[in-house]
Amino acid sequence: MIRGCRAGRTDYPGRVILGVDTSLGSAVGLIGHDGRTLAEVSQGGHLGHAEAIGTLLEQVLAAGSEDEDPLTHVAAGMGPGPFTGLRIGIAAARAFALGRDVPVIAVPSHHAAALAVIEGEHPPQHPFAILTDARRRETAVTVYEGIDVDGIPHAVVDTVLVPQADVDRKLGALRRFEVTGISGAAVARVARRAVAAGRTLTGSEPLYLRPPDALVPAAPKKVGS
Amino acid sequence: MTDQPLVLGIETSCDETGIGIVRGRTLLSNTIASSMDEHARYGGVVPEVAARAHLEELQPAIERALAEAQVRLQDLDAVAVTSGPGLAGALMVGIGAAKGLAVSLGKPLYAVNHLVGHIAADILTPDSVPLEYPTIALLVSGGHTSLLHVRDLTTDVELLGETVDDAAGEAFDKVARILGLPYPGGPEIDRAAVGGDPAAIRFPRGLSRASDLEKHRYDFSFSGLKTAVARWIEREEAAGNPIPVADVAASFREAVVDVLVTKALAACADRGVPRLLLGGGVIANRRLREVALARAAEAGVTVRIPPLSLCTDNGAMIAGLAAELISSSRRPSTLAFGADSTLPVTEIQVAERAGEAGA
Ligand SMILES: [Zn+2]
Repeated sequence: MIRGCRAGRTDYPGRVILGVDTSLGSAVGLIGHDGRTLAEVSQGGHLGHAEAIGTLLEQVLAAGSEDEDPLTHVAAGMGPGPFTGLRIGIAAARAFALGRDVPVIAVPSHHAAALAVIEGEHPPQHPFAILTDARRRETAVTVYEGIDVDGIPHAVVDTVLVPQADVDRKLGALRRFEVTGISGAAVARVARRAVAAGRTLTGSEPLYLRPPDALVPAAPKKVGS
Repeated sequence: MTDQPLVLGIETSCDETGIGIVRGRTLLSNTIASSMDEHARYGGVVPEVAARAHLEELQPAIERALAEAQVRLQDLDAVAVTSGPGLAGALMVGIGAAKGLAVSLGKPLYAVNHLVGHIAADILTPDSVPLEYPTIALLVSGGHTSLLHVRDLTTDVELLGETVDDAAGEAFDKVARILGLPYPGGPEIDRAAVGGDPAAIRFPRGLSRASDLEKHRYDFSFSGLKTAVARWIEREEAAGNPIPVADVAASFREAVVDVLVTKALAACADRGVPRLLLGGGVIANRRLREVALARAAEAGVTVRIPPLSLCTDNGAMIAGLAAELISSSRRPSTLAFGADSTLPVTEIQVAERAGEAGA
Protein backbone atom coordinates (compact mmCIF):
# COMPACT_ATOMS: atom_id res chain seq x y z
CA MET A 1 0.00 0.00 0.00
CA ILE A 2 1.32 3.37 -0.97
CA ARG A 3 -0.02 6.25 1.03
CA GLY A 4 -1.76 9.07 -0.78
CA CYS A 5 0.68 9.53 -3.58
CA ARG A 6 1.15 8.59 -7.19
CA ALA A 7 4.36 6.66 -6.64
CA GLY A 8 4.64 2.97 -7.39
CA ARG A 9 3.56 1.52 -10.64
CA THR A 10 3.11 3.93 -13.52
CA ASP A 11 3.41 1.65 -16.54
CA TYR A 12 -0.21 0.65 -17.07
CA PRO A 13 -0.03 -0.74 -20.59
CA GLY A 14 -1.82 1.17 -23.32
CA ARG A 15 -5.55 0.71 -23.69
CA VAL A 16 -8.28 2.79 -25.17
CA ILE A 17 -11.12 2.57 -22.71
CA LEU A 18 -14.64 3.96 -22.74
CA GLY A 19 -15.93 4.63 -19.21
CA VAL A 20 -19.66 4.82 -18.48
CA ASP A 21 -21.24 5.67 -15.15
CA THR A 22 -24.84 6.49 -14.24
CA SER A 23 -24.61 5.93 -10.51
CA LEU A 24 -25.24 9.64 -9.83
CA GLY A 25 -25.53 11.74 -12.96
CA SER A 26 -24.82 10.36 -16.42
CA ALA A 27 -21.16 10.35 -17.43
CA VAL A 28 -19.15 9.01 -20.35
CA GLY A 29 -15.41 9.39 -20.88
CA LEU A 30 -12.78 8.02 -23.21
CA ILE A 31 -9.11 7.57 -22.32
CA GLY A 32 -6.25 6.89 -24.71
CA HIS A 33 -3.17 4.67 -24.61
CA ASP A 34 -1.31 7.08 -22.36
CA GLY A 35 -4.21 7.12 -19.89
CA ARG A 36 -5.08 10.70 -20.68
CA THR A 37 -8.64 11.78 -21.23
CA LEU A 38 -9.51 11.99 -24.94
CA ALA A 39 -13.05 13.16 -24.34
CA GLU A 40 -15.46 13.45 -21.49
CA VAL A 41 -19.10 14.52 -21.19
CA SER A 42 -21.64 14.33 -18.42
CA GLN A 43 -25.08 15.41 -17.40
CA GLY A 44 -25.91 16.02 -13.76
CA GLY A 45 -28.98 15.05 -11.85
CA HIS A 46 -30.63 11.89 -10.61
CA LEU A 47 -33.01 11.72 -13.56
CA GLY A 48 -32.84 11.53 -17.30
CA HIS A 49 -30.19 8.80 -17.58
CA ALA A 50 -32.16 6.85 -20.17
CA GLU A 51 -32.68 9.99 -22.26
CA ALA A 52 -29.06 11.15 -21.97
CA ILE A 53 -26.93 8.05 -22.36
CA GLY A 54 -27.08 7.63 -26.14
CA THR A 55 -26.22 11.22 -26.92
CA LEU A 56 -23.37 11.23 -24.39
CA LEU A 57 -21.88 8.12 -25.97
CA GLU A 58 -22.18 9.64 -29.41
CA GLN A 59 -20.58 12.92 -28.30
CA VAL A 60 -17.61 11.21 -26.68
CA LEU A 61 -16.97 9.04 -29.72
CA ALA A 62 -17.18 12.06 -32.00
CA ALA A 63 -14.79 14.09 -29.84
CA GLY A 64 -12.40 11.27 -29.02
CA SER A 65 -11.00 10.62 -32.53
CA GLU A 66 -11.54 6.96 -31.93
CA ASP A 67 -10.73 6.00 -35.52
CA GLU A 68 -7.01 6.17 -34.92
CA ASP A 69 -7.22 4.16 -31.72
CA PRO A 70 -9.76 1.37 -31.68
CA LEU A 71 -11.45 0.81 -28.38
CA THR A 72 -10.04 -2.08 -26.35
CA HIS A 73 -12.35 -2.14 -23.31
CA VAL A 74 -15.53 -0.66 -21.91
CA ALA A 75 -15.55 0.19 -18.20
CA ALA A 76 -18.86 0.21 -16.34
CA GLY A 77 -19.37 2.05 -13.06
CA MET A 78 -21.25 -0.49 -10.91
CA GLY A 79 -22.47 1.86 -8.20
CA PRO A 80 -23.44 2.28 -5.47
CA GLY A 81 -26.28 4.39 -6.74
CA PRO A 82 -30.05 4.56 -6.94
CA PHE A 83 -31.28 1.42 -8.66
CA THR A 84 -33.03 2.74 -11.70
CA GLY A 85 -30.41 5.14 -12.99
CA LEU A 86 -27.44 2.92 -12.16
CA ARG A 87 -28.67 0.10 -14.37
CA ILE A 88 -29.01 2.25 -17.47
CA GLY A 89 -25.28 2.96 -17.77
CA ILE A 90 -24.38 -0.66 -17.06
CA ALA A 91 -26.84 -1.90 -19.68
CA ALA A 92 -25.50 0.63 -22.19
CA ALA A 93 -21.86 -0.23 -21.40
CA ARG A 94 -22.47 -3.95 -21.82
CA ALA A 95 -24.36 -3.56 -25.08
CA PHE A 96 -21.76 -1.12 -26.40
CA ALA A 97 -19.01 -3.63 -25.60
CA LEU A 98 -20.98 -6.39 -27.31
CA GLY A 99 -21.25 -4.22 -30.41
CA ARG A 100 -17.46 -3.75 -30.50
CA ASP A 101 -16.66 -7.27 -29.33
CA VAL A 102 -14.54 -5.98 -26.44
CA PRO A 103 -14.66 -6.94 -22.75
CA VAL A 104 -16.49 -5.01 -20.02
CA ILE A 105 -14.55 -4.09 -16.89
CA ALA A 106 -16.73 -3.63 -13.79
CA VAL A 107 -15.54 -0.74 -11.61
CA PRO A 108 -16.95 0.31 -8.21
CA SER A 109 -18.00 3.90 -8.84
CA HIS A 110 -16.47 5.08 -5.55
CA HIS A 111 -13.06 3.83 -6.77
CA ALA A 112 -13.30 6.32 -9.62
CA ALA A 113 -14.20 9.12 -7.23
CA ALA A 114 -11.30 8.14 -4.95
CA LEU A 115 -8.84 8.05 -7.85
CA ALA A 116 -9.94 11.53 -8.88
CA VAL A 117 -9.25 12.71 -5.32
CA ILE A 118 -5.87 10.97 -5.17
CA GLU A 119 -4.85 12.38 -8.56
CA GLY A 120 -6.00 15.85 -7.53
CA GLU A 121 -3.92 18.83 -6.52
CA HIS A 122 -3.57 17.94 -2.87
CA PRO A 123 -3.94 14.22 -2.40
CA PRO A 124 -4.89 13.34 1.18
CA GLN A 125 -2.07 11.89 3.26
CA HIS A 126 -4.48 10.01 5.50
CA PRO A 127 -7.53 7.81 5.06
CA PHE A 128 -10.48 9.65 3.57
CA ALA A 129 -14.10 8.91 2.86
CA ILE A 130 -16.02 9.11 -0.41
CA LEU A 131 -19.66 9.98 0.25
CA THR A 132 -22.51 9.80 -2.24
CA ASP A 133 -26.23 10.33 -1.82
CA ALA A 134 -27.96 6.96 -1.61
CA ARG A 135 -31.48 8.51 -1.36
CA ARG A 136 -33.90 7.61 1.41
CA ARG A 137 -31.90 9.76 3.82
CA GLU A 138 -28.90 7.49 3.55
CA THR A 139 -25.36 8.10 2.40
CA ALA A 140 -23.11 5.54 0.72
CA VAL A 141 -19.66 5.70 2.31
CA THR A 142 -16.37 4.06 1.33
CA VAL A 143 -13.16 4.74 3.22
CA TYR A 144 -9.93 4.76 1.18
CA GLU A 145 -6.27 5.10 1.98
CA GLY A 146 -4.07 5.89 -0.98
CA ILE A 147 -3.52 3.46 -3.81
CA ASP A 148 -2.33 -0.12 -3.70
CA VAL A 149 0.61 -1.60 -5.61
CA ASP A 150 -1.51 -1.83 -8.75
CA GLY A 151 -2.36 1.86 -8.56
CA ILE A 152 -5.96 1.15 -7.59
CA PRO A 153 -7.52 3.16 -4.75
CA HIS A 154 -7.28 1.06 -1.63
CA ALA A 155 -10.61 0.66 0.14
CA VAL A 156 -9.90 0.08 3.81
CA VAL A 157 -13.62 -0.26 4.60
CA ASP A 158 -16.11 -1.64 2.07
CA THR A 159 -18.99 0.55 0.98
CA VAL A 160 -21.75 0.86 3.57
CA LEU A 161 -25.02 2.77 3.79
CA VAL A 162 -25.11 5.20 6.70
CA PRO A 163 -28.22 7.14 7.76
CA GLN A 164 -27.55 10.81 7.01
CA ALA A 165 -28.12 11.67 10.64
CA ASP A 166 -25.32 9.31 11.73
CA VAL A 167 -22.65 10.37 9.23
CA ASP A 168 -20.91 12.86 11.56
CA ARG A 169 -20.78 10.42 14.44
CA LYS A 170 -19.58 7.51 12.27
CA LEU A 171 -16.90 9.36 10.32
CA GLY A 172 -15.60 11.60 13.08
CA ALA A 173 -12.55 13.54 11.96
CA LEU A 174 -12.05 11.51 8.77
CA ARG A 175 -11.69 13.79 5.77
CA ARG A 176 -14.79 13.61 3.60
CA PHE A 177 -15.33 14.08 -0.08
CA GLU A 178 -19.00 14.46 -0.87
CA VAL A 179 -19.24 13.52 -4.50
CA THR A 180 -22.15 14.51 -6.72
CA GLY A 181 -20.77 13.22 -10.00
CA ILE A 182 -18.55 10.36 -11.10
CA SER A 183 -16.16 10.95 -13.99
CA GLY A 184 -16.47 8.52 -16.89
CA ALA A 185 -12.77 9.00 -17.63
CA ALA A 186 -11.88 8.21 -14.01
CA VAL A 187 -13.92 4.99 -14.25
CA ALA A 188 -11.90 4.16 -17.37
CA ARG A 189 -8.60 4.93 -15.60
CA VAL A 190 -9.43 2.62 -12.71
CA ALA A 191 -10.31 -0.05 -15.26
CA ARG A 192 -7.00 0.52 -17.04
CA ARG A 193 -5.12 -0.26 -13.86
CA ALA A 194 -7.28 -3.29 -13.14
CA VAL A 195 -6.66 -4.63 -16.66
CA ALA A 196 -2.92 -4.05 -16.31
CA ALA A 197 -2.92 -5.95 -13.02
CA GLY A 198 -5.25 -8.67 -14.28
CA ARG A 199 -7.62 -7.97 -11.43
CA THR A 200 -11.39 -8.15 -11.05
CA LEU A 201 -12.56 -5.29 -8.84
CA THR A 202 -16.20 -6.26 -8.39
CA GLY A 203 -18.71 -8.81 -9.65
CA SER A 204 -21.18 -8.48 -12.50
CA GLU A 205 -24.02 -7.61 -10.10
CA PRO A 206 -24.39 -3.85 -9.53
CA LEU A 207 -23.62 -2.55 -6.04
CA TYR A 208 -27.29 -2.09 -5.20
CA LEU A 209 -26.66 -2.18 -1.43
CA ARG A 210 -30.38 -2.71 -0.85
CA PRO A 211 -32.62 -5.66 -1.58
CA PRO A 212 -35.57 -4.98 -3.90
CA ASP A 213 -38.59 -3.39 -2.25
CA ALA A 214 -40.83 -6.37 -2.28
CA LEU A 215 -42.70 -8.23 0.37
CA VAL A 216 -43.75 -11.83 0.22
CA PRO A 217 -47.51 -11.53 0.64
CA ALA A 218 -49.26 -12.85 3.72
CA ALA A 219 -52.42 -14.93 3.43
CA PRO A 220 -55.17 -13.25 1.37
CA LYS A 221 -56.96 -10.48 3.21
CA LYS A 222 -60.64 -10.73 3.89
CA VAL A 223 -62.53 -8.23 1.78
CA GLY A 224 -65.60 -8.03 3.97
CA SER A 225 -69.12 -8.30 2.63
CA MET B 1 -33.47 1.41 -47.24
CA THR B 2 -33.84 -2.26 -48.03
CA ASP B 3 -37.24 -3.94 -48.31
CA GLN B 4 -36.04 -6.72 -46.06
CA PRO B 5 -34.26 -4.92 -43.26
CA LEU B 6 -32.41 -7.02 -40.70
CA VAL B 7 -33.52 -5.74 -37.29
CA LEU B 8 -32.75 -6.72 -33.71
CA GLY B 9 -35.53 -5.84 -31.25
CA ILE B 10 -35.21 -5.42 -27.48
CA GLU B 11 -38.28 -5.75 -25.24
CA THR B 12 -38.12 -5.23 -21.46
CA SER B 13 -41.48 -3.66 -20.58
CA CYS B 14 -42.48 -6.24 -17.97
CA ASP B 15 -40.93 -9.50 -16.75
CA GLU B 16 -39.80 -10.99 -20.07
CA THR B 17 -36.40 -10.07 -21.46
CA GLY B 18 -37.13 -10.47 -25.15
CA ILE B 19 -34.63 -10.32 -27.99
CA GLY B 20 -35.94 -10.82 -31.49
CA ILE B 21 -34.25 -10.78 -34.86
CA VAL B 22 -36.23 -10.45 -38.08
CA ARG B 23 -35.43 -9.96 -41.74
CA GLY B 24 -38.41 -8.01 -42.99
CA ARG B 25 -41.38 -10.22 -42.09
CA THR B 26 -39.27 -13.32 -41.58
CA LEU B 27 -38.64 -14.36 -38.00
CA LEU B 28 -35.03 -15.41 -37.41
CA SER B 29 -34.99 -15.57 -33.61
CA ASN B 30 -37.44 -15.06 -30.78
CA THR B 31 -35.33 -15.40 -27.64
CA ILE B 32 -37.03 -14.90 -24.28
CA ALA B 33 -35.66 -15.03 -20.75
CA SER B 34 -38.39 -14.70 -18.15
CA SER B 35 -38.00 -13.71 -14.52
CA MET B 36 -41.46 -15.13 -13.76
CA ASP B 37 -40.11 -17.70 -11.31
CA GLU B 38 -38.53 -14.93 -9.24
CA HIS B 39 -41.88 -13.14 -9.01
CA ALA B 40 -43.85 -16.23 -8.02
CA ARG B 41 -43.05 -15.88 -4.31
CA TYR B 42 -44.35 -12.31 -4.36
CA GLY B 43 -47.61 -13.28 -6.10
CA GLY B 44 -47.10 -10.80 -8.93
CA VAL B 45 -44.50 -8.95 -10.95
CA VAL B 46 -42.21 -6.86 -8.71
CA PRO B 47 -40.82 -4.02 -10.84
CA GLU B 48 -37.41 -3.88 -9.15
CA VAL B 49 -36.97 -7.65 -9.38
CA ALA B 50 -37.92 -7.51 -13.07
CA ALA B 51 -35.49 -4.66 -13.78
CA ARG B 52 -32.60 -6.42 -12.04
CA ALA B 53 -33.29 -9.58 -14.02
CA HIS B 54 -33.37 -7.65 -17.32
CA LEU B 55 -29.90 -6.27 -16.68
CA GLU B 56 -28.49 -9.74 -16.06
CA GLU B 57 -30.36 -11.43 -18.92
CA LEU B 58 -29.92 -8.94 -21.75
CA GLN B 59 -26.39 -9.69 -22.89
CA PRO B 60 -26.73 -13.49 -22.89
CA ALA B 61 -30.13 -13.20 -24.59
CA ILE B 62 -28.66 -11.02 -27.37
CA GLU B 63 -25.85 -13.53 -27.84
CA ARG B 64 -28.28 -16.46 -28.00
CA ALA B 65 -30.49 -14.64 -30.48
CA LEU B 66 -27.55 -13.86 -32.78
CA ALA B 67 -26.40 -17.47 -32.65
CA GLU B 68 -29.88 -18.74 -33.47
CA ALA B 69 -30.41 -16.26 -36.29
CA GLN B 70 -26.88 -16.90 -37.57
CA VAL B 71 -26.23 -13.23 -38.13
CA ARG B 72 -23.60 -10.83 -36.83
CA LEU B 73 -24.31 -7.54 -35.13
CA GLN B 74 -22.46 -5.77 -37.95
CA ASP B 75 -25.00 -7.14 -40.43
CA LEU B 76 -27.95 -5.43 -38.73
CA ASP B 77 -29.74 -2.63 -40.53
CA ALA B 78 -31.25 -1.27 -37.32
CA VAL B 79 -31.82 -1.78 -33.61
CA ALA B 80 -35.35 -1.49 -32.17
CA VAL B 81 -36.54 -1.10 -28.60
CA THR B 82 -39.77 -0.75 -26.64
CA SER B 83 -40.15 2.79 -25.32
CA GLY B 84 -43.47 2.10 -23.57
CA PRO B 85 -45.98 1.44 -22.21
CA GLY B 86 -44.74 -0.74 -19.37
CA LEU B 87 -42.81 -0.64 -16.10
CA ALA B 88 -40.57 2.44 -16.27
CA GLY B 89 -37.53 0.97 -14.50
CA ALA B 90 -37.72 -2.18 -16.64
CA LEU B 91 -38.13 -0.25 -19.89
CA MET B 92 -35.07 1.88 -19.07
CA VAL B 93 -32.77 -1.15 -18.95
CA GLY B 94 -33.75 -2.09 -22.49
CA ILE B 95 -33.45 1.52 -23.64
CA GLY B 96 -29.95 1.83 -22.15
CA ALA B 97 -28.88 -1.37 -23.88
CA ALA B 98 -30.47 -0.41 -27.20
CA LYS B 99 -28.78 2.98 -27.23
CA GLY B 100 -25.42 1.48 -26.27
CA LEU B 101 -25.73 -1.10 -29.03
CA ALA B 102 -26.94 1.32 -31.71
CA VAL B 103 -24.21 3.90 -31.02
CA SER B 104 -21.56 1.19 -30.77
CA LEU B 105 -22.54 -0.22 -34.15
CA GLY B 106 -23.36 3.13 -35.74
CA LYS B 107 -26.81 1.77 -36.68
CA PRO B 108 -30.17 3.53 -36.67
CA LEU B 109 -32.40 3.03 -33.64
CA TYR B 110 -36.21 2.74 -33.69
CA ALA B 111 -38.10 3.33 -30.44
CA VAL B 112 -41.55 1.77 -30.71
CA ASN B 113 -44.83 1.17 -28.92
CA HIS B 114 -45.20 -2.12 -27.09
CA LEU B 115 -48.93 -2.49 -27.76
CA VAL B 116 -48.54 -1.90 -31.48
CA GLY B 117 -45.72 -4.46 -31.32
CA HIS B 118 -48.31 -7.02 -30.20
CA ILE B 119 -50.19 -6.37 -33.44
CA ALA B 120 -46.97 -6.66 -35.46
CA ALA B 121 -46.49 -10.15 -34.01
CA ASP B 122 -49.15 -11.32 -36.44
CA ILE B 123 -47.15 -10.45 -39.55
CA LEU B 124 -44.25 -12.59 -38.34
CA THR B 125 -46.42 -15.69 -38.13
CA PRO B 126 -44.96 -18.21 -40.58
CA ASP B 127 -47.08 -19.06 -43.63
CA SER B 128 -49.82 -16.65 -42.68
CA VAL B 129 -51.64 -14.59 -45.27
CA PRO B 130 -50.89 -10.88 -44.87
CA LEU B 131 -52.75 -9.03 -42.12
CA GLU B 132 -55.78 -7.32 -43.65
CA TYR B 133 -56.78 -3.81 -42.66
CA PRO B 134 -58.72 -2.57 -40.95
CA THR B 135 -58.84 -4.99 -38.02
CA ILE B 136 -60.00 -4.83 -34.43
CA ALA B 137 -57.29 -6.04 -32.03
CA LEU B 138 -57.86 -7.33 -28.50
CA LEU B 139 -54.64 -7.41 -26.45
CA VAL B 140 -54.89 -9.21 -23.13
CA SER B 141 -52.03 -9.84 -20.72
CA GLY B 142 -50.96 -9.44 -17.12
CA GLY B 143 -50.09 -5.83 -17.86
CA HIS B 144 -52.73 -4.64 -20.30
CA THR B 145 -56.25 -5.17 -21.61
CA SER B 146 -56.76 -3.03 -24.69
CA LEU B 147 -59.16 -2.93 -27.59
CA LEU B 148 -57.77 -1.27 -30.71
CA HIS B 149 -58.98 -0.31 -34.17
CA VAL B 150 -56.04 -0.84 -36.50
CA ARG B 151 -56.31 0.81 -39.90
CA ASP B 152 -52.60 0.64 -40.61
CA LEU B 153 -49.88 -0.88 -38.46
CA THR B 154 -47.36 1.90 -38.99
CA THR B 155 -49.61 4.96 -39.19
CA ASP B 156 -53.08 4.52 -37.80
CA VAL B 157 -53.96 2.70 -34.60
CA GLU B 158 -56.87 3.94 -32.50
CA LEU B 159 -57.48 3.03 -28.86
CA LEU B 160 -61.13 2.06 -28.46
CA GLY B 161 -60.94 1.06 -24.82
CA GLU B 162 -58.80 -0.40 -22.09
CA THR B 163 -59.04 -1.59 -18.52
CA VAL B 164 -59.88 1.08 -16.01
CA ASP B 165 -58.34 -0.92 -13.14
CA ASP B 166 -56.75 -4.39 -13.24
CA ALA B 167 -55.53 -6.06 -16.41
CA ALA B 168 -57.28 -9.35 -17.19
CA GLY B 169 -54.13 -11.32 -16.40
CA GLU B 170 -53.87 -9.57 -13.03
CA ALA B 171 -57.46 -10.62 -12.27
CA PHE B 172 -56.48 -14.24 -12.90
CA ASP B 173 -53.49 -13.85 -10.55
CA LYS B 174 -55.57 -12.25 -7.80
CA VAL B 175 -58.43 -14.76 -7.98
CA ALA B 176 -55.91 -17.61 -8.03
CA ARG B 177 -54.54 -16.23 -4.78
CA ILE B 178 -58.01 -16.02 -3.27
CA LEU B 179 -58.44 -19.70 -4.17
CA GLY B 180 -55.05 -20.51 -2.62
CA LEU B 181 -53.48 -21.27 -6.01
CA PRO B 182 -49.94 -20.23 -6.99
CA TYR B 183 -48.75 -17.52 -9.39
CA PRO B 184 -49.15 -17.08 -12.32
CA GLY B 185 -52.90 -17.48 -11.99
CA GLY B 186 -53.97 -18.07 -15.60
CA PRO B 187 -52.87 -21.68 -16.04
CA GLU B 188 -53.78 -22.46 -12.40
CA ILE B 189 -57.35 -21.21 -12.84
CA ASP B 190 -57.57 -23.24 -16.06
CA ARG B 191 -56.46 -26.35 -14.24
CA ALA B 192 -58.81 -25.73 -11.33
CA ALA B 193 -61.72 -25.10 -13.72
CA VAL B 194 -61.55 -28.57 -15.27
CA GLY B 195 -64.94 -30.21 -14.74
CA GLY B 196 -66.38 -27.00 -13.28
CA ASP B 197 -69.67 -25.47 -14.44
CA PRO B 198 -69.06 -22.06 -16.01
CA ALA B 199 -72.70 -21.16 -15.38
CA ALA B 200 -72.73 -22.29 -11.73
CA ILE B 201 -72.23 -18.79 -10.32
CA ARG B 202 -73.22 -15.64 -12.18
CA PHE B 203 -70.30 -13.31 -11.43
CA PRO B 204 -70.64 -9.68 -12.58
CA ARG B 205 -69.51 -8.55 -16.03
CA GLY B 206 -67.63 -5.28 -15.46
CA LEU B 207 -68.78 -2.14 -17.29
CA SER B 208 -71.47 -4.09 -19.14
CA ARG B 209 -74.66 -2.51 -17.79
CA ALA B 210 -76.54 -0.19 -20.13
CA SER B 211 -75.58 2.79 -17.96
CA ASP B 212 -71.87 1.84 -18.07
CA LEU B 213 -71.92 1.13 -21.79
CA GLU B 214 -72.69 4.74 -22.65
CA LYS B 215 -69.34 5.95 -21.34
CA HIS B 216 -67.32 2.74 -21.28
CA ARG B 217 -68.56 0.78 -24.26
CA TYR B 218 -65.10 -0.65 -24.99
CA ASP B 219 -63.50 -0.30 -21.55
CA PHE B 220 -62.91 -3.15 -19.13
CA SER B 221 -62.98 -3.46 -15.35
CA PHE B 222 -61.94 -6.58 -13.46
CA SER B 223 -61.45 -5.23 -9.97
CA GLY B 224 -65.14 -5.62 -9.05
CA LEU B 225 -65.15 -9.17 -10.37
CA LYS B 226 -62.22 -10.12 -8.15
CA THR B 227 -64.03 -8.63 -5.14
CA ALA B 228 -67.23 -10.45 -6.07
CA VAL B 229 -65.38 -13.78 -6.12
CA ALA B 230 -63.82 -13.05 -2.72
CA ARG B 231 -67.16 -12.11 -1.19
CA TRP B 232 -68.92 -15.11 -2.64
CA ILE B 233 -66.32 -17.41 -1.09
CA GLU B 234 -66.51 -15.65 2.27
CA ARG B 235 -70.28 -15.96 2.33
CA GLU B 236 -70.16 -19.65 1.54
CA GLU B 237 -67.47 -20.22 4.14
CA ALA B 238 -69.44 -18.27 6.75
CA ALA B 239 -72.45 -20.45 5.98
CA GLY B 240 -70.29 -23.53 6.53
CA ASN B 241 -70.53 -24.66 2.89
CA PRO B 242 -67.61 -26.34 1.13
CA ILE B 243 -66.16 -24.21 -1.67
CA PRO B 244 -66.73 -25.74 -5.11
CA VAL B 245 -63.34 -24.61 -6.44
CA ALA B 246 -63.90 -25.97 -9.97
CA ASP B 247 -67.21 -24.12 -10.29
CA VAL B 248 -65.77 -20.88 -8.88
CA ALA B 249 -62.77 -21.04 -11.23
CA ALA B 250 -64.89 -21.90 -14.28
CA SER B 251 -67.51 -19.23 -13.48
CA PHE B 252 -64.87 -16.56 -12.85
CA ARG B 253 -63.04 -17.39 -16.06
CA GLU B 254 -66.34 -17.34 -17.95
CA ALA B 255 -67.07 -13.85 -16.67
CA VAL B 256 -63.66 -12.59 -17.87
CA VAL B 257 -63.90 -14.35 -21.23
CA ASP B 258 -67.50 -13.25 -21.79
CA VAL B 259 -66.80 -9.58 -21.25
CA LEU B 260 -63.61 -9.65 -23.38
CA VAL B 261 -65.27 -11.39 -26.32
CA THR B 262 -68.55 -9.46 -26.09
CA LYS B 263 -66.80 -6.09 -26.19
CA ALA B 264 -64.38 -7.13 -28.94
CA LEU B 265 -67.21 -8.37 -31.17
CA ALA B 266 -69.27 -5.26 -30.37
CA ALA B 267 -66.36 -3.19 -31.66
CA CYS B 268 -66.21 -5.32 -34.83
CA ALA B 269 -69.96 -4.80 -35.38
CA ASP B 270 -69.98 -1.08 -34.54
CA ARG B 271 -67.00 -0.35 -36.77
CA GLY B 272 -68.11 -2.66 -39.55
CA VAL B 273 -64.81 -4.56 -39.30
CA PRO B 274 -65.20 -8.33 -39.77
CA ARG B 275 -61.70 -9.10 -38.50
CA LEU B 276 -60.42 -9.63 -34.96
CA LEU B 277 -56.77 -10.07 -33.99
CA LEU B 278 -55.96 -11.51 -30.56
CA GLY B 279 -52.67 -10.89 -28.76
CA GLY B 280 -51.05 -10.87 -25.32
CA GLY B 281 -50.15 -13.68 -22.96
CA VAL B 282 -53.70 -14.32 -21.71
CA ILE B 283 -54.52 -15.57 -25.24
CA ALA B 284 -52.88 -18.78 -24.00
CA ASN B 285 -56.14 -19.36 -22.15
CA ARG B 286 -57.87 -22.05 -24.14
CA ARG B 287 -61.37 -21.10 -23.02
CA LEU B 288 -60.82 -17.55 -24.25
CA ARG B 289 -59.74 -18.83 -27.66
CA GLU B 290 -62.68 -21.29 -27.86
CA VAL B 291 -65.31 -18.71 -26.99
CA ALA B 292 -63.74 -16.05 -29.22
CA LEU B 293 -63.61 -18.41 -32.21
CA ALA B 294 -67.14 -19.74 -31.71
CA ARG B 295 -68.83 -16.40 -31.17
CA ALA B 296 -66.80 -14.70 -33.91
CA ALA B 297 -67.87 -17.42 -36.35
CA GLU B 298 -71.51 -16.74 -35.47
CA ALA B 299 -70.93 -13.04 -36.03
CA GLY B 300 -69.12 -13.60 -39.33
CA VAL B 301 -65.85 -12.27 -37.93
CA THR B 302 -62.50 -13.82 -38.90
CA VAL B 303 -60.14 -14.33 -35.95
CA ARG B 304 -56.35 -14.29 -36.17
CA ILE B 305 -54.23 -15.62 -33.33
CA PRO B 306 -50.43 -15.58 -33.65
CA PRO B 307 -48.57 -18.55 -32.14
CA LEU B 308 -48.37 -18.25 -28.36
CA SER B 309 -44.60 -17.59 -28.42
CA LEU B 310 -45.39 -14.40 -30.34
CA CYS B 311 -48.45 -13.51 -28.20
CA THR B 312 -46.53 -13.23 -24.94
CA ASP B 313 -44.16 -10.25 -24.66
CA ASN B 314 -41.21 -10.72 -27.00
CA GLY B 315 -38.52 -8.83 -28.87
CA ALA B 316 -39.46 -10.25 -32.27
CA MET B 317 -42.65 -8.20 -32.40
CA ILE B 318 -40.62 -5.07 -31.61
CA ALA B 319 -38.14 -5.90 -34.37
CA GLY B 320 -41.04 -6.74 -36.70
CA LEU B 321 -42.75 -3.41 -36.10
CA ALA B 322 -39.49 -1.54 -36.71
CA ALA B 323 -38.93 -3.50 -39.91
CA GLU B 324 -42.36 -2.36 -41.12
CA LEU B 325 -41.51 1.25 -40.21
CA ILE B 326 -38.24 0.98 -42.14
CA SER B 327 -39.95 -0.56 -45.16
CA SER B 328 -42.39 2.34 -45.20
CA SER B 329 -39.43 4.77 -45.23
CA ARG B 330 -39.79 6.04 -41.70
CA ARG B 331 -36.74 7.78 -40.27
CA PRO B 332 -35.05 6.39 -37.14
CA SER B 333 -35.68 7.81 -33.69
CA THR B 334 -33.38 10.40 -32.19
CA LEU B 335 -31.23 9.27 -29.25
CA ALA B 336 -33.11 11.54 -26.85
CA PHE B 337 -36.19 9.44 -26.04
CA GLY B 338 -36.79 7.85 -22.67
CA ALA B 339 -39.18 5.34 -21.15
CA ASP B 340 -42.86 6.27 -21.22
CA SER B 341 -44.80 3.97 -18.94
CA THR B 342 -48.14 5.28 -20.27
CA LEU B 343 -47.21 5.75 -23.93
CA PRO B 344 -50.48 6.12 -25.87
CA VAL B 345 -51.12 3.57 -28.60
CA THR B 346 -51.36 6.35 -31.18
CA GLU B 347 -47.60 6.90 -30.78
CA ILE B 348 -46.47 3.95 -32.86
CA GLN B 349 -42.91 5.23 -33.12
CA VAL B 350 -41.32 7.57 -30.58
CA ALA B 351 -39.01 10.53 -31.37
CA GLU B 352 -38.79 10.08 -35.15
CA ARG B 353 -36.00 12.27 -36.50
CA ALA B 354 -37.06 15.40 -38.31
CA GLY B 355 -36.22 15.76 -41.99
CA GLU B 356 -37.14 14.42 -45.38
CA ALA B 357 -38.91 11.07 -45.47
CA GLY B 358 -37.22 8.10 -47.04
CA ALA B 359 -33.75 8.11 -45.54
ZN1 LIG C 1 -47.50 -7.01 -23.68
